[in-house]
Amino acid sequence: MPLSNDTLTFECETGNYHTFCPISCVAWLYQKIEDSFFLVVGTKTCGYFLQNALGVMIFAEPRYAMAELEEGDISAQLNDYQELKRLCNQIKKDRNPSVIVWIGTCTTEIIKMDLEGMAPRLENEIGIPIVVARANGLDYAFTQGEDTVLAAMAHRCPDRNSITCSAPTAEERLLSYLPSKEKQSKERKNSSNHPPLVLFGSLPSNVTSQLTLELKKQSIHVSGWLPSQRYAELPSLGEGVYVCGVNPFLSRTATTLMRRRKCKLIGAPFPIGPDGTKAWIEKICSVFDIQPIGLEEREKQVWNSLQDYLNLVRGKSVFFMGDNLLEISLARFLIRCGMIVYEIGIPYMDKRYQAAELALLEKTCQEMNVSPPRIVEKPDNYNQVQRMRELQPDLAITGMAHANPLEARGISTKWSVEFTFAQIHGFTNARDILELVTRPLRRNLSLEQLGWTGLVKRNKLNA
Amino acid sequence: MKIAYWMYAGPAHIGTLRVASSFKNVHAIMHAPLGDDYFNVMRSMLERERDFTPVTASIVDRHVLARGSQEKVVENITRKDKEERPDLIVLTPTCTSSILQEDLQNFVDRAAMTSQSDVILADVNHYRVNELQAADRTLEQVVRYYLDKAHRQESLNQPITEVPSVNIIGMFTLGFHNQHDCRELKRLLQDLGIKVNEVIPEGGSVENLRNLPKAWLNLVPYREVGLMTALYLEKEFGMPYVATTPMGIVDTAKCIREIQHHINKWAPILLGKLVDYEEYIDQQTRFVSQAAWFSRSIDCQNLTGKKAVVFGDTTHAAAMTKILAREMGVYVVCAGTYCKHDAEWFKDQVQGFCDEVLITDDHTEVGDMIARVEPSAIFGSQMERHIGKRLDIPCGVISAPVHIQNFPLGYRPFLGYEGTNQIADLVYNSFTLGMEDHLLEIFGGHDTKEVITKALSTDSDLTWDTESQAELSKIPGFVRGKIKRNTEKFARQNGMSKITVEVMYAAKEALNA
Repeated sequence: MPLSNDTLTFECETGNYHTFCPISCVAWLYQKIEDSFFLVVGTKTCGYFLQNALGVMIFAEPRYAMAELEEGDISAQLNDYQELKRLCNQIKKDRNPSVIVWIGTCTTEIIKMDLEGMAPRLENEIGIPIVVARANGLDYAFTQGEDTVLAAMAHRCPDRNSITCSAPTAEERLLSYLPSKEKQSKERKNSSNHPPLVLFGSLPSNVTSQLTLELKKQSIHVSGWLPSQRYAELPSLGEGVYVCGVNPFLSRTATTLMRRRKCKLIGAPFPIGPDGTKAWIEKICSVFDIQPIGLEEREKQVWNSLQDYLNLVRGKSVFFMGDNLLEISLARFLIRCGMIVYEIGIPYMDKRYQAAELALLEKTCQEMNVSPPRIVEKPDNYNQVQRMRELQPDLAITGMAHANPLEARGISTKWSVEFTFAQIHGFTNARDILELVTRPLRRNLSLEQLGWTGLVKRNKLNA
Repeated sequence: MKIAYWMYAGPAHIGTLRVASSFKNVHAIMHAPLGDDYFNVMRSMLERERDFTPVTASIVDRHVLARGSQEKVVENITRKDKEERPDLIVLTPTCTSSILQEDLQNFVDRAAMTSQSDVILADVNHYRVNELQAADRTLEQVVRYYLDKAHRQESLNQPITEVPSVNIIGMFTLGFHNQHDCRELKRLLQDLGIKVNEVIPEGGSVENLRNLPKAWLNLVPYREVGLMTALYLEKEFGMPYVATTPMGIVDTAKCIREIQHHINKWAPILLGKLVDYEEYIDQQTRFVSQAAWFSRSIDCQNLTGKKAVVFGDTTHAAAMTKILAREMGVYVVCAGTYCKHDAEWFKDQVQGFCDEVLITDDHTEVGDMIARVEPSAIFGSQMERHIGKRLDIPCGVISAPVHIQNFPLGYRPFLGYEGTNQIADLVYNSFTLGMEDHLLEIFGGHDTKEVITKALSTDSDLTWDTESQAELSKIPGFVRGKIKRNTEKFARQNGMSKITVEVMYAAKEALNA
């Protein structure tokens, strides 16, 4: 093992790694925000990716579509504004959403299509809010797509300090005036013992209610979530509002909330795994000066219930190739579970936003008496495969492009994408993470005696 | 701009990558932003490929936008040259690099000077051609490059083989049942005493491309990819080619007769006699393949006049239309293809075998047509299968685009005589399922007798508050019952009478353990 010193080491490689394009965030966001419509302004390449990556979902008449750019758009023979207006009118007619989200892509960046400039004009003209997020592969990886969308949405949240003028456009005022006023008066009633708290990060609705409940047990009231189930229910923000992230890839959103909406950020580890969840709640409690009740027992109880899985993973080694930014939190949890982490590949490392998580990782390594793993930013997949050949980890957490070839070479893999789509937050879902992590290990147990692990011809092993 | 939810044919670079990664020891480097290497996932997942897909990206990021790729592309090419020693590196432009308008040819020329591998730039315009056209073009480009090279090295002047031989052109990774078709064609040619000279690109080596002219003729089984190469070889080397797809009994025979025709140009000189495949065709048709007999059997009689719709790529949609109409007596109301660039050929092929022809790449138009026609069965791509699901019409998948279930592990060719059997099964199964469906509808289900059971939990002692009821309703239908039972069981065990959301999650945790 190339591990020696006791502090975390950070490296940066070439950035030649496989990940999903950030436009994939439409897949979960359109389902999360029920009254939205996502329009991806891009080329056939983007469309092909979405269609294949999202598989069957496309046949369920999704609330997303491509605005496919043609040669005339690229060479500016067609007027962008008129074209987008035509498509958005069609969307309005067919689906009548409460918000249209434009997803800017690599192509709109390169031809410098002024989406941010056109959106307010068109918004006024057609009477539907248009949010612009530049989720492109030039700047971002996979889950960071959600970050760009939420950062853009943060600007649209009503201002809690001016009730009468809560929304930027006339149309929006008309739509959201009453509910938001009602909501705000309700918030005031409930938030008597601590300042308002808004959580950010898109999670399935039952996971949001689980986390909300956990905080309620500590008599902390969650005033709202960004994003909310409906666009019209976005939480109100402003000075005096505390915000806390639930996912490690939301650094732009955090920055926007702090700088533009004047919110106070609670920097906590992320509620992934029982250790993370406990630390997350403790941090929020400490900010509000609340003594947490029963957290220790709660965590212990969850660990006890995981015993069978812990027996499977203890002492096993794991290698994160890195593609979705959940890596630090997952590695921290797995080290606590008794695993040895060789390498944490990660597309992008925001040391400020993830500071508390990194500190917890370091602390966990000390407590579990293992050397801290190397953290490799912008990894190089080719080099990683070479390292894996040396290290022979028991498990590689990797993208689908490498999973089958690694399996054929006798290295067990788990697709990293599943961690993005599974429910992994809070005490309740700790088991689901281990369910995923142990699946290849359990598969190995059942196929162990067959002697079929190396399934490539010998001369191809190095290929 | 056009609004699009779904597309039949992918972007151009996919076609190029399919050619490159089909060859042995050829590496493709995409000039593309992060995330555009989705091709690797498709190949690894759909084909269940054991080897790393030989495609990497030279990433276009913000810095590249600001300063140009400069050394980056060249470095990536020379690096790959050292790491893997491929025979050929294909630099592949994408939609992004097309608009950057960097001089990629210049990068290729520079990289070629220092690397052991050959390096070429795929000559495809992203905004003008689709996946299939690009694949056709790239294959021709690679073949041309290596034959020119051989010509310069004067290693080309090889005589044609002593026994009749053919090149099979157009077998591909991610092609619809291509691997099975390839095996079937080899078997067919072996039966005819014909040697397979080279198969390209799948499994072929670029170093062997110089051997292509040794074959007596070329066989291009699929209309979409390979024709350009065949035309080039005809022009440069006078090699004849057969482009009749051997799909269905009639066209398989036609294809074999065309092969015979070309072989007999050389046979008297090199073999000292003419070849005659009529006996073979007759035996196969009547006794080995079951399809001819099937079309005579009473099963197939019941299909007579049944309405069908066909949609797919040109090769499969045209062949399928002819099989249904000509060999099975099925009434094809509408046949269509998404290969708009080859519409004339398609219309010509299906003329007289169907009422209407639909040329479109808009799946809603196809859906509307199917809804209007109300056929008893559809033969199309995965898209049509889903349209069929929605309209309750059975669908047999006959063409790309496809899902993982269209990469079966078992032997399922569409071409040759075994292919005719597979197609007969596919057609028959699609229609009978349809009939079964109608019968079920008439009698209202598989068994009309009502099953009377007591509910597992009685509601008397437990109440769900409104919040927990709402939470319960959010849980997907197929597990809701189980969750409800488990929660109630948990509540009873713990002596609770009211079920709140807290109780629900406590139950979930307790029962998980």
